[in-house]
Amino acid sequence: MYLKVLNNKQLKKQSFFKITLLMIAFLICFIFSIFVGVNEFSLVHFFQTDSIEWKVLITTRLPRTISIVIAGATLSLSGLLMQQITQNKFTSPSTVGTMQSARLGLILSLLFFPKASIFNRAFFSFIFAILGTFIFLALLHLIRARSSNLVPLVGIMFGNVISSLGTYFALQWDITQNVNAWLQGNFSLIDSTSYQLIYISLFSILGIIIGAHSFSVIGLGEDLTIQLGAAYDRILFIGILLISLGTAVVLLTVGNIPFIGLVVPNLISLYRGDYFKNNILYVLISGALFLLISDILARIIIFPYEIPVSVIVGIIGSVLFIYLLLKGEGS
Amino acid sequence: MIQVEHVHKNYGNTPIIKDVSLNIEKGKLTALIGPNGAGKTTFLNMIGCLTPFDEGKIIIDGVDTHHWNRNDLAKHLAILKQKNSLNAQITVRELFAFGRFPHMKGKIGPKCRELIKQSLKYLGMEEYEHTYLKDLSGGQLQRAFIGMVLCQDTDYILLDEPLNNLDMKYSVQIMNILRNLVDEMGRTVVIVLHDINFAAAYADQIIAFKEGEKFIDDLSTSVIQKRVIDELFDMNVEVIEHNHQNYCLYYQDRKQFFVHSVQELNEFKKVVNQ
Repeated sequence: MYLKVLNNKQLKKQSFFKITLLMIAFLICFIFSIFVGVNEFSLVHFFQTDSIEWKVLITTRLPRTISIVIAGATLSLSGLLMQQITQNKFTSPSTVGTMQSARLGLILSLLFFPKASIFNRAFFSFIFAILGTFIFLALLHLIRARSSNLVPLVGIMFGNVISSLGTYFALQWDITQNVNAWLQGNFSLIDSTSYQLIYISLFSILGIIIGAHSFSVIGLGEDLTIQLGAAYDRILFIGILLISLGTAVVLLTVGNIPFIGLVVPNLISLYRGDYFKNNILYVLISGALFLLISDILARIIIFPYEIPVSVIVGIIGSVLFIYLLLKGEGS
Repeated sequence: MIQVEHVHKNYGNTPIIKDVSLNIEKGKLTALIGPNGAGKTTFLNMIGCLTPFDEGKIIIDGVDTHHWNRNDLAKHLAILKQKNSLNAQITVRELFAFGRFPHMKGKIGPKCRELIKQSLKYLGMEEYEHTYLKDLSGGQLQRAFIGMVLCQDTDYILLDEPLNNLDMKYSVQIMNILRNLVDEMGRTVVIVLHDINFAAAYADQIIAFKEGEKFIDDLSTSVIQKRVIDELFDMNVEVIEHNHQNYCLYYQDRKQFFVHSVQELNEFKKVVNQ
């Protein structure tokens, strides 16, 4: 048996070093992401505020990169919190029905309120995401699923039912294409007019950071949480609100991005354990970094054309996921 | 002081706890003993406000349990269940830090750090401070959970069979720790024990349950008597004295379990050998 024996100072030093490395990688990719594209950028023109370059930067490049960063960070952190709430490593908003419920909400809003603004649609999705997640948790409670395999299975099954329901409505009223256009995970459609909605998910991130300690405690499970005098139900409820908010907003601005909420938190916890509070910063930066890299790849592989980022994330994500499973089996 | 007054509880139509009244005094180590299914665990959980009851009332430090705010209660009373399965991979230190939750809501200040350090030392777990719980042995894990309870820094500590799965070395170690908590730090410890001799050796007060009723509630020397134990467990035990302390020898009387006739036994052997 291998026991890590390190003192506090060594640990702090190590973790400071790692976070700095992550930050540097993040900054490099952030800048690179701004400069990748059909329009060549040169630094000379860059500082002339009336140049084409400046316009491209402001109207498409920067909004795109910012949405990537926020979406990656939000989805990863939501995944981490979901895993904390369910005490299960294989859950994330996209595998327990939160994402699918938000999609159903959007479809219904397209049906019933065709003229609603994007903010109204986001709100509608948000409400559905909350309801969907609660139904999932109620299902878990009902069938007393606590084993690690059953929980994600129930989630996937439930998610598929909700998803089919959404598809049924979309087909019945002939809005499938419209829905797909909304929901395909793609950053190429983002410009300065439509992306502001994503800033709302910053509230979700902020909320999770503020409640970090309470969310750490519920990872101990319902019994121990109550023994420690914490209001388990209330913490759970707030957690689900925050997850649903972030998920719905990201879904509406950039679409469905699979795997990220599952893979990033698991990668981090593999190296850093499961103390929620200590992992938040790592998950935020790694999530953003992961999506930045995926998006850069999506843009340069068939340059000057583009692959939807969800495809790249799916490929990298599934490879990483297999790695995680193997690594998990080994230990 | 914990006052229990005419407490009654049913599961469905089956009574689990039948009209129990007793007091648990401060600054004592009280052991709950009795046969399996006698209601010891249920009773402990009721005192710890984890299990509701149907009738009667429980008063902790003068306040009815229904009026205690959960968070305030967690500063006065810590309870550890028998099974503490954790899926999360956290270190010993992190688990200890969770014990500070009722007091600090997340801010781990210098006082908390000192308390965590002292608790690690007290339990002899300093070298495992940054070890993940899954890498600990059964005895170390049990000590780690007790460490969390220590960090919770409460007057009352309720433990449900903390000696489960421990060998005699660790069992003795944990009982010594609990005894010291009572003697040196003035804590009140209530503990469910299976091994009656640990109760005999360490407890001040013993409360025995049988079929949901309080069987006896007395000083440990008065409980560990042949007459009492025989009736409590429906066994024939031998009680011996060693250093002014009574102990039960319950291993010897084999005959009472072999009530079968020779013929029955032979038939049984035949079936087994096939």
